[in-house]
Amino acid sequence: MLNLKQLASKEKVGLAGGHRACAGCGFPQIISMIFGQSPAPVVSGCSTGCMEIATTIYPFTAWRGNFMHSAFENSAATISGIETAYRALKKQGRLPADENLNFVALGGDGGTYDIGFQALSGAMERGHNMLYVCYNNEAYMNTGVQRSSATPQGGHTTTSPAGKVIPGKTQYPKDLTGIMAAHSIPYVAQGSVGYHIDLMRKADKAFSIEGPKFMNVYTPCRLGWGSDPAKTMEIARLAVDTCMWPLYEVVDGQWKLTRKVREKKGITEFYKTQNRFRHLLKPENDEFVKEIQAEVDRRWHVLLSKCGEGA
Amino acid sequence: MKIIAKTGNEAMAEAMRQINPDVCAAYPITPATEVMQIFAGFVNDGLVKTELMMVESEHSAMSACMGATAAGARTMTSTSSQGLAFMYEMLYIAAGYRLPIVIAEVNRALSGPINIHCDHGDTMGARDTGWIQLFSENAQEAYDNLIQAIRIAEHPDVQLPAWTSTDGFIISHGMENMEVYPDEAVQKFIKEFQPSFTLLNNQQPLTVGAADLQDFYFEHRRAAAEGMRHAKRVIQEIGREFGQTFGRSYGLFDTLELDDAEVALVAMGSTAGTARMAVKNLRQRGVKAGLLKLRVFRPFPAEELAQALKHVPNVAVMDRSDGFNAQSAPLATELKTAFFDAGLKPKVIDYIYGLGGRDIHFTELEQIMEKTLQAPEPGDLDSRVVYWGVRE
Repeated sequence: MLNLKQLASKEKVGLAGGHRACAGCGFPQIISMIFGQSPAPVVSGCSTGCMEIATTIYPFTAWRGNFMHSAFENSAATISGIETAYRALKKQGRLPADENLNFVALGGDGGTYDIGFQALSGAMERGHNMLYVCYNNEAYMNTGVQRSSATPQGGHTTTSPAGKVIPGKTQYPKDLTGIMAAHSIPYVAQGSVGYHIDLMRKADKAFSIEGPKFMNVYTPCRLGWGSDPAKTMEIARLAVDTCMWPLYEVVDGQWKLTRKVREKKGITEFYKTQNRFRHLLKPENDEFVKEIQAEVDRRWHVLLSKCGEGA
Repeated sequence: MKIIAKTGNEAMAEAMRQINPDVCAAYPITPATEVMQIFAGFVNDGLVKTELMMVESEHSAMSACMGATAAGARTMTSTSSQGLAFMYEMLYIAAGYRLPIVIAEVNRALSGPINIHCDHGDTMGARDTGWIQLFSENAQEAYDNLIQAIRIAEHPDVQLPAWTSTDGFIISHGMENMEVYPDEAVQKFIKEFQPSFTLLNNQQPLTVGAADLQDFYFEHRRAAAEGMRHAKRVIQEIGREFGQTFGRSYGLFDTLELDDAEVALVAMGSTAGTARMAVKNLRQRGVKAGLLKLRVFRPFPAEELAQALKHVPNVAVMDRSDGFNAQSAPLATELKTAFFDAGLKPKVIDYIYGLGGRDIHFTELEQIMEKTLQAPEPGDLDSRVVYWGVRE
């Protein structure tokens, strides 16, 4: 694995400076840290969303390598087509035999958990040699903060507003990482932009494995979350330290916790850093928060047991 | 000359074997399923070099085809009806990105209610997506058109995706004698794919599909429209070259007994074959009937059609779909525009027929031509459109 210093001195990969991502947005760091670990040039693509808009407005592009975007729900299918063309042309000797490429599909939680879920499942099942990276900021941010199936319970979005009767999203987030592990692909991991060593180690491992890989990477969205852009990394770590977003990986079906949480913080510690949870800190929502805490605890214990860790 | 009996689907699968594309991505749907089913056999028997992706939906099939083509691979797929409808979003993008993908399309009615049989509603629903659209009269033409579609789509002046339309079950499952050309001759005709860009050259990194706003989107769409205009010339050039190579020439349309015709039937697909018998019978009875079989629906050869029909006072248009525009169906609507631009005003009656696979007999086409000939000039919209063969 390349450390941050080596990464900084490596030939430029991922995104060039000058892209239009917001201050405090996590995805540019995710791209740098993940693409930087690839031993071969990366051909990538992303679904429609902030990443596409912030990096590609014609006639400019921030992508240093080959990149393709076409629609919202098909990042996995598109990259699987590119990877298949690569195999087809390589087999015929129409590409240099000594040059390898890695293929990475990117999508936000909307493009991955929801509308692109089928294409993702299909691409993973077909066994393409590709890595899918979901940058999960828990809502549709590009369209103006709407709820997705990744939005946490109680979270305020414009389509699950904290109202007088209903306090934000009523449903729990989908366990997409678990669902991807159930595909029995060789590598599945959950990371956070705030724990960069863990994230880069996972990317390094993913690129060392042949076949389909999936990484679900947590990143705050300062606009959608109503959080301080200077605290993006801190908040991304707090999600892990409250066990709302545990860090783990599943290698060939073996579950492993990659960050043990010794002193688990309460979810309200996380809530305090973001406006989207502000309403949950009011006394009338105490019972609701207790319910959410119980579900977070339950999921954490299920994960510990899968990872062979004592509770 | 090798004459063999094949169904339309078998003929198209055979063309695909000879074309030997680098990548195919597809999803099964009746009545096109067989094309990929037969082709999968070719792949697994090692008869082609193709990487076959049997994906989880038509949307992903077209997405994967787009990725593969952008990576520099010659790419094909096959679909019908709901499958084409499910690809709809990606059809526009494939054309806008100038990706010369080829679909072997088998025409089937669109659902609502569900029906698996032939009409042209599926491709007509996607008629303005920017794809070149060639109709076939029989298995031979399905085979010939698919081979030519590769050359047309990949032509540097065109660079647009193309599909060949084939009437579901009538052609796709009907067995006919047809000529199959030698593999080497087909390979020589289609030539090597020379992609205009590739995503696999790290020395020349490329961004495909950048966000395109008020300042550039219009120019890019305009350029694609120009490719479609060029296609009209290219289709004819390639059709002639095909004739010189294989003995069957193709143009934008084909005519029968049109020179002195007093009534012309305009049809696409298998109905054109049925109409040949109807014209022959009417001629024997002294009725000056003629046929114009339209092969190329996109680009729409408006000027050429008007020129070919300029002397014909009575025109019966056979539309195997309904546009629900409360005026007339797609073919008649566009043909009438062509007449208007050419300063012509023949009597045009639009016959919407055969929806959901309802059969059309040559005797019915005879009746249609005679009725068109005898009908007074339509005074209102209602008398310009006839729903033929429906219980009302």
